[in-house]
Amino acid sequence: MIHAKDINEQTPLEDLTPGGEIYEAGTARDFNTGSWRTDTPIFHAEKCKHCMLCVPFCPDSAIPVKDGKRLEFDYLHCKGCGVCETACPFAAITMVTGGEPK
Amino acid sequence: MSNCFSGNEAVAYAMKQINPDVMGAFPITPSTEIPEYFAQYVANGEVNTEYVTVESEHSSMSVCIAAEAAGARSVCATSSCGLALMYEMLYVAASCRLPITLACVTRALSGPININNDHSDSMGARDTGWIQIYAENNQEAYDNFIMAMPIGETASVRLPVMTCMDGFITSHAVENIEFLDTEVVRKFVGEYNPENYLLKKENPLAVGPYDISAYYMEHKVLEAEAMKAAKARILEVADEFAKISGRHYGLFEEYRMEDAELAMVLIGSSAGTAKAAVDQLREQGVKAGLIKVRVFRPFPGEELAQALSKTKAVAVMDKSEGFSANGGPLFAETRSALYDLKQRPHLIDIVFGLGGRDLKTEDVENIFARLADIAATGETGPVYTHLGQRQRRK
Repeated sequence: MIHAKDINEQTPLEDLTPGGEIYEAGTARDFNTGSWRTDTPIFHAEKCKHCMLCVPFCPDSAIPVKDGKRLEFDYLHCKGCGVCETACPFAAITMVTGGEPK
Repeated sequence: MSNCFSGNEAVAYAMKQINPDVMGAFPITPSTEIPEYFAQYVANGEVNTEYVTVESEHSSMSVCIAAEAAGARSVCATSSCGLALMYEMLYVAASCRLPITLACVTRALSGPININNDHSDSMGARDTGWIQIYAENNQEAYDNFIMAMPIGETASVRLPVMTCMDGFITSHAVENIEFLDTEVVRKFVGEYNPENYLLKKENPLAVGPYDISAYYMEHKVLEAEAMKAAKARILEVADEFAKISGRHYGLFEEYRMEDAELAMVLIGSSAGTAKAAVDQLREQGVKAGLIKVRVFRPFPGEELAQALSKTKAVAVMDKSEGFSANGGPLFAETRSALYDLKQRPHLIDIVFGLGGRDLKTEDVENIFARLADIAATGETGPVYTHLGQRQRRK
């Protein structure tokens, strides 16, 4: 049974699964879908009160939380939608143009 | 066991004998009786199928897709606009490689609204990735449904199967047909044991993930290969079925084709009428023959070309108007298949029987007279014409 991590854009069709079925869970972490981003959120840690409003608003679970504190964005999965910027009451998140965090 | 059943009842009875896990049920004329009869079996406790009533055909097919992905054998029945409403989900079922079985009781599509038979519904779904098997009569409707799962569920195929019968003509006419014993049917169809399914607790499964352009084409080629592989499996299952039933099926039926010079190609119940006409013509010494296409998807192009290779003139009968302005879908496939022959017969397309318009033996005889003329003169005349409509002479 082929695993998602062993499938890439060079895999011949003979090795792909029928209908693109994936035989395991949690495979999103194996793929850098953050490369789709055209706008990027910047996290200003000094302004953050860790109210956690941004976390549930993120449609891509791209805001990791540890010990009650939010951490830096997971840029491998953030699509740059900007919902977090709107959700933040403290201007601790601002969007910049382009896919790279500057 | 022999019984007088309508086509709908025969298919519902086949479903009962198979005892599927799930039925997505929504009524539409003329297929309504199938879920109706089956509901009685459910209510009587004669099957332990999960009978899911839904709000539309889009949903009945969605139920089947979800259930089949979960590992449950699923069945469905519909007609006409119901099939059209399923259109999106038909592609999903096929591309997820879920071998659902759907009884399509063919009926004209709106508009103008019409409840009678032609093939515009099933022909509209011909490119969805479903295997399509057509019945001439009630017996074939029953037999085809029983053969559907062993075809579709095979690992090398894994495609959904649409068994089609003509609305009212076949679905509501009562005929004396032979049923197999339920035990024989269950043994023939077997259990649905997919290798991977959503409820398999040993490993999680994702079905129908988004396919970016770096993968989509590969998956479509795999689907196309599966459709090609289905042809051999259909014949294999037909052979196995002959052993339990004594009834033999091919990709198409050749009727009096041995030395036929003039031939007709058609699909479905009209074959009964055409066979009667062919018999009459044979008595008059006309070398007439008939090919009844049973399997339309996968299309038996090479085999059909071979079967027609010795003929001089052929009429392809389309029971749907494809609006291509170049002939109906059966004609397009047949003419394309014949292109590779070194010596090809003359070919004409006749669109007939739309919205329940009858085809009579005299019509068939007239067509053969036209074919005889084409064969004698070598002049095809108009290639694409309609039959049976009221029209002023030009």
